[in-house]
Amino acid sequence: MAEDQVRTTTLRTPLGRVRGLGSAKSGVRHWWVQRVTSAALLPLTLWFVISAALLAGATHAETVAWIARPWNAVLLLLTIGLSFYHTALGAQVIFEDYINQEWLRMAYILGVKALCWLLGLAAALAVLRIAV
Amino acid sequence: MSIMQDSREATMIGRRSDGTPVRRPLSPHLQVYDMLQMTSALSISGRITGVIWSLGLLLLVWWLLAAAAGPEAFARVQGFLGSFLGLLILFGMSAAAWFHTLNGIRHLAWDAGYGYTIPATYRSGRAVLIGTAVLTVLTWIIAIAFWG
Repeated sequence: MAEDQVRTTTLRTPLGRVRGLGSAKSGVRHWWVQRVTSAALLPLTLWFVISAALLAGATHAETVAWIARPWNAVLLLLTIGLSFYHTALGAQVIFEDYINQEWLRMAYILGVKALCWLLGLAAALAVLRIAV
Repeated sequence: MSIMQDSREATMIGRRSDGTPVRRPLSPHLQVYDMLQMTSALSISGRITGVIWSLGLLLLVWWLLAAAAGPEAFARVQGFLGSFLGLLILFGMSAAAWFHTLNGIRHLAWDAGYGYTIPATYRSGRAVLIGTAVLTVLTWIIAIAFWG
C-alpha cells in the first residue's frame, strides 16, 4: 500500500530515479563522500595532531626519521589525500552557497580542486622522497 | 544585528522571462538569524574553522616539503613555527582543528538521526565548546612537555 502511494505520487521517470541525480546534479554522492572522508579523518587527525605535538622542537634528522618509518609514511599519505579531498568538497559547498554567478562559482570550485591536487601531490612526493 | 520581524521582507532582485526586474522571496538567512545564539554561532563556526584548517594544510605542505628539501629549509620552517607569530598561528589552528573535529562528530550524529531536540542541541553545543578548550590545552601540554 505504502509502496503504491510512492509510485503514484512521484513525478520522476524510472531512469531519473536510477541515476539518482536531483537538482544538485550529483545526487547524494558529494554529501556521502564528505561524511566518509570525515569519518576516516577522525582517527587520522587524532594521530597526526598527537604526533605533531610530540615532534615539537624536533631536529631535521629526528623529523625525517619519524616520517620515514613505514607506518608513519602510509598514515601521512592517507591523511594528506583525505584531508585535501575533504577540503575540496567543503570548499565546493561554500562556493555553491555564496557565489551567485555560475561561471565564477565554477572557476572557484575548479581552482580550489586544482590547488588541492597540486598541494596534495607535492606533499605526497615529499613524504615519498623521505620514506622511499 | 537587526532582526527582521517578517521573513517575507527577505527578497532578492530577480528577472521575469521578459527581462523586467521583480522582487522575489528569498529563503530567510542572516536577516532573521540572531548570530549570538549558540546554534547559529556554532553552525557558522564549523564552516569558518573548516576554512582555517584548510589553511593549516598549507603549513603541513610547507613543513613536509622543507623536511624533504634539507636541514636549512627545515630550520626556516621550525624557526617560523617556533616564533611568537608561528606559535600563535599553530595555537589557533589546533583550536580550530579540535572544534571542527568535535563539531563534525556532532554533525555525524545528526546525520544518523540523533540529538535533534533543542535541549540536546544546546547540550552537544556546550560539549563541543568545552571539549575544544580541554583538548586544545591538552595538545599544548603534550607539545610543551616534549619540546626540545
